[in-house]
Amino acid sequence: MAVRVQAGDFDTGKEIAALARGNANIGAIVTFTGTVRGAAKDGAIATMTLEHYPGMTEAELERIEAEAKARWPLEASLIVHRFGDLAPGDSIVLVVTASAHRQAAFEAAEFLMDYLKTRAPFWKKETPLGFGKTGQWVDAREADDGALERWKR
Amino acid sequence: MSASTRPQVKLLYFAWVREKIGVPCEDVSLPATVSTVADTIAWLQQRGPEYADAFARPNVIRAAINQTHVSAATSIDGAREIAFFPPVTGG
Repeated sequence: MAVRVQAGDFDTGKEIAALARGNANIGAIVTFTGTVRGAAKDGAIATMTLEHYPGMTEAELERIEAEAKARWPLEASLIVHRFGDLAPGDSIVLVVTASAHRQAAFEAAEFLMDYLKTRAPFWKKETPLGFGKTGQWVDAREADDGALERWKR
Repeated sequence: MSASTRPQVKLLYFAWVREKIGVPCEDVSLPATVSTVADTIAWLQQRGPEYADAFARPNVIRAAINQTHVSAATSIDGAREIAFFPPVTGG
Protein backbone atom coordinates (compact mmCIF):
# COMPACT_ATOMS: atom_id res chain seq x y z
CA MET A 1 0.00 0.00 0.00
CA ALA A 2 1.56 3.28 -1.03
CA VAL A 3 0.75 6.80 -2.18
CA ARG A 4 3.02 9.26 -3.98
CA VAL A 5 2.49 12.88 -4.98
CA GLN A 6 5.06 14.09 -7.49
CA ALA A 7 5.77 16.59 -10.26
CA GLY A 8 7.43 14.07 -12.55
CA ASP A 9 5.91 11.43 -14.81
CA PHE A 10 5.48 7.76 -13.93
CA ASP A 11 6.11 4.52 -15.83
CA THR A 12 3.04 2.32 -15.43
CA GLY A 13 4.85 -0.88 -16.42
CA LYS A 14 7.62 -0.34 -13.90
CA GLU A 15 5.11 0.51 -11.18
CA ILE A 16 3.15 -2.71 -11.82
CA ALA A 17 6.33 -4.79 -11.79
CA ALA A 18 7.55 -3.23 -8.52
CA LEU A 19 4.15 -3.66 -6.86
CA ALA A 20 3.73 -7.33 -7.80
CA ARG A 21 7.33 -8.48 -7.33
CA GLY A 22 7.65 -11.43 -4.98
CA ASN A 23 3.93 -11.71 -4.17
CA ALA A 24 2.63 -15.04 -5.48
CA ASN A 25 -0.81 -14.47 -3.92
CA ILE A 26 -1.61 -11.91 -6.63
CA GLY A 27 -3.76 -13.21 -9.46
CA ALA A 28 -5.23 -9.94 -10.75
CA ILE A 29 -3.81 -6.47 -11.29
CA VAL A 30 -5.97 -3.54 -12.42
CA THR A 31 -4.58 -0.13 -13.40
CA PHE A 32 -6.29 3.18 -14.11
CA THR A 33 -4.46 6.11 -15.70
CA GLY A 34 -6.03 9.56 -15.92
CA THR A 35 -4.64 11.86 -18.63
CA VAL A 36 -4.97 15.51 -19.66
CA ARG A 37 -7.65 16.04 -22.34
CA GLY A 38 -6.70 18.49 -25.08
CA ALA A 39 -10.16 20.00 -25.39
CA ALA A 40 -11.91 22.02 -22.67
CA LYS A 41 -15.31 23.72 -22.80
CA ASP A 42 -13.77 26.90 -24.26
CA GLY A 43 -11.62 25.14 -26.86
CA ALA A 44 -8.16 23.62 -27.00
CA ILE A 45 -5.99 23.90 -23.91
CA ALA A 46 -2.26 24.62 -23.79
CA THR A 47 -1.58 23.76 -20.14
CA MET A 48 -3.29 22.01 -17.26
CA THR A 49 -1.90 23.19 -13.92
CA LEU A 50 -2.56 21.09 -10.83
CA GLU A 51 -2.33 22.73 -7.41
CA HIS A 52 -2.50 20.66 -4.22
CA TYR A 53 -2.29 20.89 -0.44
CA PRO A 54 1.05 19.33 0.54
CA GLY A 55 0.64 17.20 3.63
CA MET A 56 -3.13 16.90 3.47
CA THR A 57 -2.94 15.40 -0.03
CA GLU A 58 -0.80 12.49 1.16
CA ALA A 59 -2.88 12.09 4.35
CA GLU A 60 -6.16 12.02 2.41
CA LEU A 61 -4.87 9.56 -0.20
CA GLU A 62 -3.67 7.29 2.63
CA ARG A 63 -7.10 7.47 4.29
CA ILE A 64 -8.80 6.56 0.99
CA GLU A 65 -6.38 3.69 0.42
CA ALA A 66 -6.90 2.37 3.97
CA GLU A 67 -10.68 2.42 3.38
CA ALA A 68 -10.26 0.38 0.17
CA LYS A 69 -8.05 -2.12 1.99
CA ALA A 70 -10.70 -2.49 4.70
CA ARG A 71 -13.42 -3.20 2.10
CA TRP A 72 -11.61 -5.51 -0.36
CA PRO A 73 -9.00 -8.27 0.05
CA LEU A 74 -6.18 -6.36 -1.66
CA GLU A 75 -2.68 -7.80 -1.87
CA ALA A 76 -1.21 -4.44 -2.89
CA SER A 77 -2.20 -0.99 -4.11
CA LEU A 78 -0.59 2.21 -5.33
CA ILE A 79 -1.79 5.74 -5.97
CA VAL A 80 0.49 8.18 -7.83
CA HIS A 81 -0.80 11.71 -8.48
CA ARG A 82 1.10 14.47 -10.28
CA PHE A 83 1.03 18.22 -9.67
CA GLY A 84 2.39 21.27 -11.52
CA ASP A 85 2.14 22.16 -15.21
CA LEU A 86 0.99 19.37 -17.53
CA ALA A 87 0.27 19.28 -21.28
CA PRO A 88 -2.50 17.51 -23.22
CA GLY A 89 -1.79 13.78 -23.32
CA ASP A 90 0.29 13.85 -20.13
CA SER A 91 -0.54 11.40 -17.36
CA ILE A 92 -2.14 12.89 -14.22
CA VAL A 93 -2.95 9.98 -11.95
CA LEU A 94 -2.20 6.26 -11.65
CA VAL A 95 -4.15 3.79 -9.52
CA VAL A 96 -3.00 0.17 -9.30
CA THR A 97 -4.81 -2.52 -7.32
CA ALA A 98 -3.79 -6.14 -6.94
CA SER A 99 -5.77 -9.03 -5.48
CA ALA A 100 -6.07 -12.82 -5.73
CA HIS A 101 -9.13 -12.54 -8.01
CA ARG A 102 -10.20 -9.81 -10.42
CA GLN A 103 -13.44 -8.56 -8.86
CA ALA A 104 -11.76 -7.04 -5.79
CA ALA A 105 -9.09 -5.34 -7.91
CA PHE A 106 -11.64 -3.89 -10.39
CA GLU A 107 -13.98 -2.63 -7.68
CA ALA A 108 -11.23 -1.22 -5.45
CA ALA A 109 -9.70 0.69 -8.39
CA GLU A 110 -13.06 2.35 -9.16
CA PHE A 111 -13.63 3.10 -5.49
CA LEU A 112 -10.18 4.70 -5.15
CA MET A 113 -10.77 6.94 -8.18
CA ASP A 114 -14.30 7.95 -7.11
CA TYR A 115 -13.08 8.93 -3.64
CA LEU A 116 -9.90 10.56 -4.90
CA LYS A 117 -11.88 12.82 -7.24
CA THR A 118 -14.12 14.15 -4.47
CA ARG A 119 -11.75 14.06 -1.45
CA ALA A 120 -8.10 14.53 -2.47
CA PRO A 121 -7.17 18.24 -2.28
CA PHE A 122 -6.18 18.91 -5.89
CA TRP A 123 -7.39 21.78 -8.09
CA LYS A 124 -7.09 21.99 -11.88
CA LYS A 125 -6.56 25.17 -13.86
CA GLU A 126 -6.79 25.11 -17.64
CA THR A 127 -4.97 27.66 -19.77
CA PRO A 128 -6.36 27.85 -23.33
CA LEU A 129 -4.16 27.92 -26.40
CA GLY A 130 -3.55 31.42 -27.75
CA PHE A 131 -1.56 34.51 -26.90
CA GLY A 132 -2.56 36.34 -23.73
CA LYS A 133 -5.15 33.75 -22.64
CA THR A 134 -5.59 33.46 -18.88
CA GLY A 135 -6.16 30.24 -16.98
CA GLN A 136 -9.58 29.15 -15.73
CA TRP A 137 -10.16 27.01 -12.63
CA VAL A 138 -12.06 23.86 -13.48
CA ASP A 139 -15.45 23.51 -11.75
CA ALA A 140 -16.22 20.38 -9.76
CA ARG A 141 -18.65 18.01 -11.48
CA GLU A 142 -21.85 16.95 -9.73
CA ALA A 143 -21.47 13.56 -11.45
CA ASP A 144 -18.36 12.97 -9.32
CA ASP A 145 -20.37 13.40 -6.12
CA GLY A 146 -23.04 11.10 -7.57
CA ALA A 147 -20.42 8.42 -8.24
CA LEU A 148 -19.82 8.16 -4.48
CA GLU A 149 -23.43 7.19 -3.75
CA ARG A 150 -22.98 3.59 -4.88
CA TRP A 151 -20.23 3.04 -2.28
CA LYS A 152 -22.37 4.21 0.65
CA ARG A 153 -23.21 1.49 3.12
CA MET B 1 -2.43 36.16 25.18
CA SER B 2 -5.51 38.10 26.23
CA ALA B 3 -8.69 36.28 27.25
CA SER B 4 -10.51 37.64 24.19
CA THR B 5 -8.40 35.92 21.54
CA ARG B 6 -7.67 32.32 20.62
CA PRO B 7 -4.16 30.86 20.13
CA GLN B 8 -2.60 31.76 16.79
CA VAL B 9 -3.76 29.61 13.91
CA LYS B 10 -2.36 29.19 10.41
CA LEU B 11 -4.86 29.87 7.63
CA LEU B 12 -4.20 28.41 4.17
CA TYR B 13 -5.93 29.26 0.91
CA PHE B 14 -5.95 27.29 -2.33
CA ALA B 15 -6.91 27.74 -6.00
CA TRP B 16 -9.17 30.76 -6.66
CA VAL B 17 -9.59 31.44 -2.93
CA ARG B 18 -5.79 31.95 -2.76
CA GLU B 19 -5.75 34.07 -5.93
CA LYS B 20 -8.56 36.37 -4.75
CA ILE B 21 -6.99 36.90 -1.31
CA GLY B 22 -3.51 37.31 -2.75
CA VAL B 23 -1.55 35.20 -0.24
CA PRO B 24 -1.25 31.41 0.16
CA CYS B 25 -1.21 31.44 3.97
CA GLU B 26 -1.09 33.65 7.04
CA ASP B 27 -0.98 33.40 10.83
CA VAL B 28 -3.89 35.05 12.62
CA SER B 29 -5.31 35.44 16.10
CA LEU B 30 -9.04 34.82 15.90
CA PRO B 31 -11.30 36.50 18.45
CA ALA B 32 -12.74 34.23 21.14
CA THR B 33 -16.21 34.87 19.70
CA VAL B 34 -15.23 32.88 16.58
CA SER B 35 -15.97 29.25 17.38
CA THR B 36 -16.81 27.40 14.13
CA VAL B 37 -15.61 27.20 10.54
CA ALA B 38 -18.63 29.28 9.47
CA ASP B 39 -17.73 31.92 12.10
CA THR B 40 -14.19 32.01 10.74
CA ILE B 41 -15.47 32.63 7.21
CA ALA B 42 -17.76 35.41 8.48
CA TRP B 43 -14.80 36.98 10.33
CA LEU B 44 -12.61 36.75 7.21
CA GLN B 45 -15.32 38.39 5.05
CA GLN B 46 -14.89 41.55 7.17
CA ARG B 47 -11.11 41.75 6.69
CA GLY B 48 -11.14 43.61 3.38
CA PRO B 49 -12.51 43.66 -0.16
CA GLU B 50 -10.26 40.80 -1.34
CA TYR B 51 -11.57 38.58 1.48
CA ALA B 52 -15.15 39.68 0.87
CA ASP B 53 -14.67 38.66 -2.79
CA ALA B 54 -13.05 35.30 -1.98
CA PHE B 55 -15.78 34.39 0.52
CA ALA B 56 -18.72 36.01 -1.32
CA ARG B 57 -20.35 32.56 -1.76
CA PRO B 58 -19.60 30.73 1.50
CA ASN B 59 -21.69 27.73 0.44
CA VAL B 60 -19.14 26.81 -2.26
CA ILE B 61 -16.16 27.09 0.10
CA ARG B 62 -14.79 23.83 1.51
CA ALA B 63 -12.61 23.67 4.63
CA ALA B 64 -10.12 21.42 6.39
CA ILE B 65 -8.88 21.57 9.98
CA ASN B 66 -5.46 20.06 10.71
CA GLN B 67 -5.53 18.52 7.18
CA THR B 68 -8.90 16.74 7.58
CA HIS B 69 -12.11 17.72 5.73
CA VAL B 70 -14.68 19.42 7.98
CA SER B 71 -18.12 21.01 7.59
CA ALA B 72 -19.06 24.66 8.19
CA ALA B 73 -20.54 23.79 11.58
CA THR B 74 -17.33 22.18 12.90
CA SER B 75 -15.71 23.74 15.98
CA ILE B 76 -12.26 25.27 15.51
CA ASP B 77 -11.13 24.26 19.00
CA GLY B 78 -7.71 22.64 18.73
CA ALA B 79 -7.15 23.91 15.18
CA ARG B 80 -3.50 24.61 14.35
CA GLU B 81 -4.19 24.86 10.62
CA ILE B 82 -7.43 25.81 8.86
CA ALA B 83 -7.58 25.63 5.06
CA PHE B 84 -10.20 27.14 2.75
CA PHE B 85 -10.63 26.05 -0.87
CA PRO B 86 -13.11 25.40 -3.70
CA PRO B 87 -14.53 21.90 -4.27
CA VAL B 88 -11.63 19.66 -5.31
CA THR B 89 -11.04 18.73 -8.99
CA GLY B 90 -8.16 16.22 -9.03
CA GLY B 91 -7.93 12.83 -10.67
